[in-house]
Amino acid sequence: MKLIKNNIGRLVPTEVNGQRQIPFQGVNKFKPTGNKATPKINSCIDYPEDGNKIVKNLREALKKAGLKDGMTISTHHHLRNGDTLTNILFDTIHAMGVKNIRWFPSASFPIHEHLIKYLEDGTIHHIEGSMNGPLGRFTTEGKMKGVGVLRSHGGRYQSVQDGEVHIDIAVIAAPTADPFGNANGVNGKSASGLIGFALADSEYADKVIVVTDNLVPFPCVPWQIQGNNVDYVVQVDSLGDASKIVSGTTEVTKSPDRLLIAEYVAQFIDEAGIMKNGFSFQAGSGGTNLAFVLYLKERMKAKGVKARFVRGGSTKYLVQLLEEGLTDYILDGQTFDLEGVRSMRENPNHVNTSPFTSYNFHGKGNFASIIDVAVLGATEVDINFNANVVSHSDGYLLHGIGGWQNCLYSKCTILAVPSFRDRIPVIIDEVTTLCGPGELIDVIITERGIAINPKRKDLIQAMKNSSLPIKSIKQIRDEIYSICGSAPAKPKVNKNKVVAVVKWVDGTVLDSVFQIMK
Amino acid sequence: MKNTITKSSAGKRGDNVRSDCYFEIDLTNSGGIKLEVKSKVASMYGDSIKNQLNEMCKFFGLKNANILLEDYGALPFVIAARFELAVKRMFPSIDKEFLLPFNKNNLAKTTKDRLRRSRLYLPGNEPKFFPNAGLHQPDGIILDLEDSVALSEKDAAQLLVRNALRSIDFYGAERMVRINQLPRGLEDLKFIVPHNVHVILIPKCESAHQVIDVENEVNRLKEENQIEHEIYFMPIIESALGIIKAYEIAAASKNNCALTIGLEDYTADLGTQRTLEGKESFFARSMIVNAAKAAGIQAIDTVFSDVGDMEGLKQSVIEAKSLGFEGKGCIHPRQVPVVHEGFAPTLEEIEKAMKIVLAFEEAEKKGIGVVSLGSKMIDAPVVKRAQKTIHLAVLNNLLNENWKQKQ
Repeated sequence: MKLIKNNIGRLVPTEVNGQRQIPFQGVNKFKPTGNKATPKINSCIDYPEDGNKIVKNLREALKKAGLKDGMTISTHHHLRNGDTLTNILFDTIHAMGVKNIRWFPSASFPIHEHLIKYLEDGTIHHIEGSMNGPLGRFTTEGKMKGVGVLRSHGGRYQSVQDGEVHIDIAVIAAPTADPFGNANGVNGKSASGLIGFALADSEYADKVIVVTDNLVPFPCVPWQIQGNNVDYVVQVDSLGDASKIVSGTTEVTKSPDRLLIAEYVAQFIDEAGIMKNGFSFQAGSGGTNLAFVLYLKERMKAKGVKARFVRGGSTKYLVQLLEEGLTDYILDGQTFDLEGVRSMRENPNHVNTSPFTSYNFHGKGNFASIIDVAVLGATEVDINFNANVVSHSDGYLLHGIGGWQNCLYSKCTILAVPSFRDRIPVIIDEVTTLCGPGELIDVIITERGIAINPKRKDLIQAMKNSSLPIKSIKQIRDEIYSICGSAPAKPKVNKNKVVAVVKWVDGTVLDSVFQIMK
Repeated sequence: MKNTITKSSAGKRGDNVRSDCYFEIDLTNSGGIKLEVKSKVASMYGDSIKNQLNEMCKFFGLKNANILLEDYGALPFVIAARFELAVKRMFPSIDKEFLLPFNKNNLAKTTKDRLRRSRLYLPGNEPKFFPNAGLHQPDGIILDLEDSVALSEKDAAQLLVRNALRSIDFYGAERMVRINQLPRGLEDLKFIVPHNVHVILIPKCESAHQVIDVENEVNRLKEENQIEHEIYFMPIIESALGIIKAYEIAAASKNNCALTIGLEDYTADLGTQRTLEGKESFFARSMIVNAAKAAGIQAIDTVFSDVGDMEGLKQSVIEAKSLGFEGKGCIHPRQVPVVHEGFAPTLEEIEKAMKIVLAFEEAEKKGIGVVSLGSKMIDAPVVKRAQKTIHLAVLNNLLNENWKQKQ
């Protein structure tokens, strides 16, 4: 495998799974030319006039879709850790004797540990999506046949749209659908809120199979997925474990240190002058992220400030902001709890979005860059403000990128992280895996201090008289190294074997993950 | 070394353990030191851990042993404490101590009358709470050797607290340790006195003798370790007898800096229940305030034990302040800002204090002995109280340090 140094100094392969790659060229440096991928022209003559596309089971649908060796099969992750459908899908593919599948999920979860046996026996060749938990461990140890490809949510849409990934068969888990294939995620026992991650799949895949455990007569409204893109509909008893699809409630962290970080975040947003009428912010589902929303809310109420929109990961805490009139809209990318699902179903101002509208880098704009402030996490941040979200300092893949890379384009990107976990420093000299270039990361907020990127002279000026503990990032690093005893040693890796690559939002290769040496 | 015990263990193990570790030492007759390290930070700190253990083996003269370490991300000061304990449980006669270098941020001393609005209790054998406690800016941090430590782990907590006093940055908080009830508590002192403890909390105090016993042992240790600076005491009264003797206890030592109360034990002693309203302890708390003030030291209230009830805590601080208390115990870091806010002066109090201080300074400048503000006379205690109010206001960010220039 030939490796070259890309623009940000990371070693990346020029070819991955037989496809030529463009190394990262710098932020906003690469602009592709040419046309988008074009799906085939279909004719309604080939589909039942009565609109009934139901086939008896998944195996039948896969057979009709022409499943064969080496195909790309996509799934979405709105069922999160309750997703049993994907496991059943690969049980079926395995039973049909088909091999070398490229699995193209929008994310994977611990429940997909079930698929390791199919990675081992060659049913699945490799994963392009995220490699979480056990799948991450399997991949990092060099056991996957192909090279994993990690993309952001926006990058996944971009790769399909640009023709970099051609989906042969999309299998879309739909909490509610009609026989024509219209589908949504807001109704049914497996309701997940929205199913926007399946949008690209429905538009660009050769064959689209909608699988539902709540079949309703035509029309299924709202139709988040349009039946006009769907080939087959399969009815099953259950898509998965509802209690793991959305949590009953999402709870704010009780950790005093995380709460302190969250409080600092809210104070920073307020004192930097970002919190003003008509502003917007991004909030996720992590414990610190939920907590900062509560502290920010107190400040908004005290100052009579109202947001124009909040971008989430919706939870009951965002729903409360909407219902108390503290924001006009929630622009929702995925729904994390039952309150979020209810609100999306009932409130037209709780808007269902997709990676196309929010994050796709190769479109005529996306709204990631309109957002005033995004509060995100990271597993590691280095003294150049570069950050990692996919691996830990031991070199193992553990998380997906999610919308994280895309959100870095907000006007002020804050990473809210503990400065160390147990004896694992988070603020370090150089990230193990680079997922976000430091030039897009503005502020690091830890329980030990807040570091502002020296590039952001405006923020440094705005915070000059703040009571917050503003420090240089090197000061924070030094303090952590002194607590942990020294700088951490780097993981021992096999530099000749790339097990996965990290794509940037424009489709170029930002970094490589190497096989871990045990 | 001759020894009858050939196996020992120390520390914590299990799926829920974090930032701690577990050791087993198995003495052998030959073969040198064999280390088996299972660590969740092996790839980052595996070598550093082995170096530390080899150094400690050399220090304690351990030559042949199989050593198992299960490490859940323990910091070096924790590894050192657990390993020293495993060694000493096998060789109780060793009195050598393996001391890590003193954190240079831990050298500051304290004063008798510093602010003690909040004191945050940390269980002395739970190292995961130590490194970040000071970030929540309590006025004091208490490493507890008493009720929060299981009887079987008292020896573990002594070493851990000793190491913490040297290694952990307290971020400016006063460094306090609650020792065990006497006489056991006297044994705790040698683990803390040489390591810049600021205030020693003496639990279940019932007589002046107990304070004097602690003072004598502290003085002996100070001399032995050539320590010059003052170490202060905060007796905790937790019984009916203690309350009756409150003044005697408060006045027992010139190094008493404050008097406080523990209501769980006190109400149990009375045979009553602790209520939110607190009628049952009104007398005792008033006695504490009175005795403390009579002895010229601070009166500090008990802890508020419902960490989820911030409104209740707020009310309880307002009540404590009105009774004359100057501080309150905290069992969760999130209680600290609520306590500080509660003890902060009100805007009216600040306004009045500013006028008094300015009038006093004006009068001094003019050489006038008697000051009056409006129709009221201002005497020394009034000025002193006003200055204290101003000091508190500045500390609570309610008043700029240079407020006089802005007048």
